Amino acid sequence: MTTPAGLTRHDIARRAAKDLPDSSYVNLGVGIPTLVAGMPTPDREIFFHSENGVLGMGPPPPAGEEDPNLINASRSPITLLPGASIFHHTDAFIMIRGGHIDVALLGAFQVSVSGDLANWTTREAIPGVGGAMDLAAGAKQVRVLMEHTTRDGAPKIVERCTYPLTAPSVVRRIYTDLAVMDVVPEGLVVRELAPGVEFDDVCSRTGCRLTLAPDWRRIALS
Amino acid sequence: MFNKFVESAEAAVAGIADGAVVMVHGFGPTSCPIELIDALLDHTDARDLTVVSNNSGVGYEGIGKLLASGRVRKIICSYPRMLPWMPNPFEELYKEGRIELEVVPQGTLSERMRAAAAGVAGFYVPTTVGTVLAEGKEVRVFDGREHVLERALPADVALISAECADRWGNLTYRLTSRNFGPTMAMAAKLTLVQARRTTEPDPIDPEAVITPGIFVNRVVHIPQPKLLNWS
Repeated sequence: MTTPAGLTRHDIARRAAKDLPDSSYVNLGVGIPTLVAGMPTPDREIFFHSENGVLGMGPPPPAGEEDPNLINASRSPITLLPGASIFHHTDAFIMIRGGHIDVALLGAFQVSVSGDLANWTTREAIPGVGGAMDLAAGAKQVRVLMEHTTRDGAPKIVERCTYPLTAPSVVRRIYTDLAVMDVVPEGLVVRELAPGVEFDDVCSRTGCRLTLAPDWRRIALS
Repeated sequence: MFNKFVESAEAAVAGIADGAVVMVHGFGPTSCPIELIDALLDHTDARDLTVVSNNSGVGYEGIGKLLASGRVRKIICSYPRMLPWMPNPFEELYKEGRIELEVVPQGTLSERMRAAAAGVAGFYVPTTVGTVLAEGKEVRVFDGREHVLERALPADVALISAECADRWGNLTYRLTSRNFGPTMAMAAKLTLVQARRTTEPDPIDPEAVITPGIFVNRVVHIPQPKLLNWS
């Protein structure tokens, strides 16, 4: 079995950015989602939220212009866009838990066929939850950006998560290096396939049943 | 006359007792009140402490130093893991069973503090429903959705790092160094602040005040605070 090429991490972020609506408030989780802040969104203004108290995060500053008092939730230096605001932690989570964040783009260890999300602990390290459960329970919509399989080739999209859950039945859309999939009541539907990737390639790297949408398309990045 | 300024960090930390619950402001490498922590270690004998903070320390200053002193019994935080290139004493203490850990989702952590500040004993949130962090907690259905009961989290002491203070105890913060500061200042019985600047003898513009002075007990002016190494 040959490995299909698939998208780079950067291109997964680029594909997910294409779906963000104009004038939306979006939280970016750790991992591939953080790359979304640097993606072009022509004709759309999107405000990125960070749970340590920022709305309107811009791209990272040039080297030498970092401000130790201006970081995101991944503890990386950031900039502010026009219209940005600063607030304290409780308000940041009022925005999340109160349903004011339109989309949370999150990374994951595993997603189940019914949209269960496992992204906070693999039981191997000291457990640290951060804002993962608040985002999963509170954002209006949760979408996951991740590699389709682990480094060892094990499926990350599974019938049932074996890692501890972050929240049950919250994921609506999954972007991977191989495909774009939606979680619907009947299961997982493949909407788009990466260039050079066939449906069988995706199925053989997935731990649950997939269906191919009749109107499926190739992933386009521009 | 209101004057919440004290002469030194030593004077600021006077009276912190054994067994105190101590909230420590900061998020990752930002806004850790390092001088107040140093004063607590150098000028009090308080031990058997419970530390409440978002993280379990960055490196061996600040919370890292507090943990390494062996005077902390328990830490309540959302994210005790740290960047691999920025080790801290927590991991070793935890693996040796020398410190107790309570992991709380970040938004629930700040809301539990806010509840304590506001005189609210508990509240229900959908966060953690269906996960191991909800085990043993009361669950109730509101509007068709399950919610978990969370209790208020009060503190005896809060250690805060502010950008600017006036003698009335009003505070401002700088950018994302605000994080848990305003909520912790409200949630503790004794709120101790180190401020990089003062507006003495003038007050801070009332429209610019982030933490009103009613929540602040003592302020020490630390014009050049130590920073945690974050590179």
